Amino acid sequence: MKQMNWKELPHAGTVLKAGNANEYKTGSWRTYKPKWVEENCIQCLFCWIYCPDSAVVVKDEKMTGFDYDHCKGCGVCAMECPGKKGNKAIVMEEEGK
Amino acid sequence: MAVTSTKTVAVTGNQAVAEAFRQLNPDVMPAYPITPSTGIMESFTKFVSDGKVDTETILVESEHSAMSACIGASAAGGRVATATSAQGLALMWEMLHIASGYRLPILMALVNRALSAPLNIHGDHSDGMGMRDCGWIQLFCENAQEAYDNTIMAYRIAEHKDVRLPIAVNMDGFIISHSIESMKFIPDEDVKKFVGEYIAMDPLLDIDNPKSIGALVLTDYYMEHKRAQHEAMKNVKKVVADVSAEFAKLTGRKYELFETYRLEDAEVAIVALNSAAGTIKDEIDRYWEKGVKVGLLKPRMFRPFPYEEVGAALKNAKAICVMDRADSYGGMGPLYMEIASAVANNRGAVLFNKIYGLGGRDLMPHDVDQVIEETAEVAKSGKVKMVKDYMTVRN
Amino acid sequence: MSATQEKPMTLKSLSHKKDNLSGGHRMCSGCGAPTVVRQVLLAIDEPVVIANATGCLEVSTCLFPYTAWRVPWMHSAFENAAATASGIETMYRSLRKQGKLKKEMKFIAFGGDGGTYDIGFQALSGAMERGHQLLYICYDNGAYMNTGIQRSSATPMGADTTTQPVGSKIPGKTVRRKDLTRIMAAHNVAYAAQASPHNWRDLMTKVKKALATNGPAYMGIMAPCNRGWRTQTNDSILLSRLAVDTCYWPLYEVEGGKWTINYDPKDKKKPIAEWLKPQGRFKHLFAPGNEALLERFQKLVDDDWESLQKLAAAFGAK
Repeated sequence: MKQMNWKELPHAGTVLKAGNANEYKTGSWRTYKPKWVEENCIQCLFCWIYCPDSAVVVKDEKMTGFDYDHCKGCGVCAMECPGKKGNKAIVMEEEGK
Repeated sequence: MAVTSTKTVAVTGNQAVAEAFRQLNPDVMPAYPITPSTGIMESFTKFVSDGKVDTETILVESEHSAMSACIGASAAGGRVATATSAQGLALMWEMLHIASGYRLPILMALVNRALSAPLNIHGDHSDGMGMRDCGWIQLFCENAQEAYDNTIMAYRIAEHKDVRLPIAVNMDGFIISHSIESMKFIPDEDVKKFVGEYIAMDPLLDIDNPKSIGALVLTDYYMEHKRAQHEAMKNVKKVVADVSAEFAKLTGRKYELFETYRLEDAEVAIVALNSAAGTIKDEIDRYWEKGVKVGLLKPRMFRPFPYEEVGAALKNAKAICVMDRADSYGGMGPLYMEIASAVANNRGAVLFNKIYGLGGRDLMPHDVDQVIEETAEVAKSGKVKMVKDYMTVRN
Repeated sequence: MSATQEKPMTLKSLSHKKDNLSGGHRMCSGCGAPTVVRQVLLAIDEPVVIANATGCLEVSTCLFPYTAWRVPWMHSAFENAAATASGIETMYRSLRKQGKLKKEMKFIAFGGDGGTYDIGFQALSGAMERGHQLLYICYDNGAYMNTGIQRSSATPMGADTTTQPVGSKIPGKTVRRKDLTRIMAAHNVAYAAQASPHNWRDLMTKVKKALATNGPAYMGIMAPCNRGWRTQTNDSILLSRLAVDTCYWPLYEVEGGKWTINYDPKDKKKPIAEWLKPQGRFKHLFAPGNEALLERFQKLVDDDWESLQKLAAAFGAK
């Protein structure tokens, strides 16, 4: 983003574009990456409700994957994932592998 | 608009400001009681209880919360006013910067009082001078009429699109706030017309356009924000002049950025704020009769300070005594420093500083006489005895 | 319209709602606070306006020129979220009264424990006493985490913080924490409750109740901080669950003077060591010679739990 000069600043520094933090990518913070194992997913959506970064993508009431632009790789989703028959539907993998 | 006329009333300074507040009818008024400004809120809350205003009060648990609530209410999108003094203003200090940084046109009646310690409830300008660098417009008033008039003009100045800054209207605690004076009120309908409807800028309650007010700003943008704030302050001078001219058409009462009294041909100049000006004017008249060419400059707009205009007004003065009703321990009085900056390019003026009236100590006519005589002496000799001195102090 | 008459909340039904806190905020990886905020915002159906105290949540969600908030949001200072919200809410009432504003809105103030238990305590108390129609939510991570883990009056006894570090003479914080939820209940507010993000249904039901009530409301919500607690990034929900299961952070509510415990683990109440052990800030409590500290911690938890049960028995539903 090009930096504004003082005359271009919004009045009083108010941020007028609601939710524009979405344009800022925090995906590069990750050292571990969640991987969705669809066959173990029971669609409980715990991953979605517990994600601190709004990075679990849900469409039509179903988890469909991750928003890797914003996921910081904390692993809360994998930790809380009940999985199926003892097999997790989300596993953490080292980033870049 | 024709000059409006109304009957003369006898009221205290606090009652005058409360009446202005009633006529301005702010949407929200957060306040906390503190002497000597309490009377404003007492009178105003009676108007609220009697249904004479639309205002919702927030009777907060501290002045810090009073200014915080002013900020929240103003950002929400409406007119806000409050009143305070001394320790109350000091407790608000953190929030004063935030009010101006967020460009919120909040109106404050500041009834000037000494700061503790030692504890003292009487009038001096320590509180107002302490908010000098807080980014507020500051108007100073000699008497109840000026306090009333400036309060009526305040929203027009603060809310102007080129300004959008908070404004403090100052008057001397007890000397003005609690003394009954004769003055004139403007009819309600004229005030309503003069002030006009509030136009919000980026109001928080515009729920369909959600916005975030009060972001964290780091090294990459902080200076740009502050530069923009200074620009708004630079615009104040013209707006004050325009609003005052319009006010003069309405009332016949003319206000400039500062008042001069017999200053044009004066070689001896006194500079002082607020109520002391009344006494000084009387003594100036007496000394002209004795052949002393002495005049007064009484700043009305202290922030932003009109350096060029003040410098020009003092250009003929050979000696200038700046009287400060506040002190900067180990430094010069705050008004002195402004005047010194204003006359820095003037040729030949000798400047000195008298600290007077701290903690409400009276300034008597014979005290003013001493100042005039000493300044006249300095104008002749070109020599200052003491650059900074304290008046009426027992040695 | 009471929340209880509505259909039970499900995650599937909630997933249709817009997330009003966007990604791209700068909260630490695995922080509990944004999960709390997301759940709070998902619980609300009406337009809502937020006031936020200075703290982690504030600096990380609105860093110029970005904001993660999709609802009107305002920050002014550290100690005054309740006072700022009072101003916003009062302007709303004034403009509505004058017919200048049509829409109905709700008001929430967020503060961390430093901004709520300590420096913002007076402003909070004042706002609750004045009866503003607003919900104050403290996301409680038990220290000044934003500035680097300094102790607050919400810090648990024994915790290692940067201003009361564990040393050879002093074993971390020597006194117990303030019980703010009970203090808020003592203000006779319309609604006061404790919640935890692991139990999203309980948390969101409480937010709905708090906003539906007539008068001021307070909620204390557990928000684990893996940096300050010295735990893993993936255990914020696990630790908030353990805080409840050990009765360190009981889920309860006080509605118009009626005390209700929302979750009683009964014979499944876990020893406090299970919550303390994964946290590096309590490591010293498990060192030889510090058994008495651990025992004291357990006793404080047990005593608080017992007194809460007594309150619920004495002032609960008849």
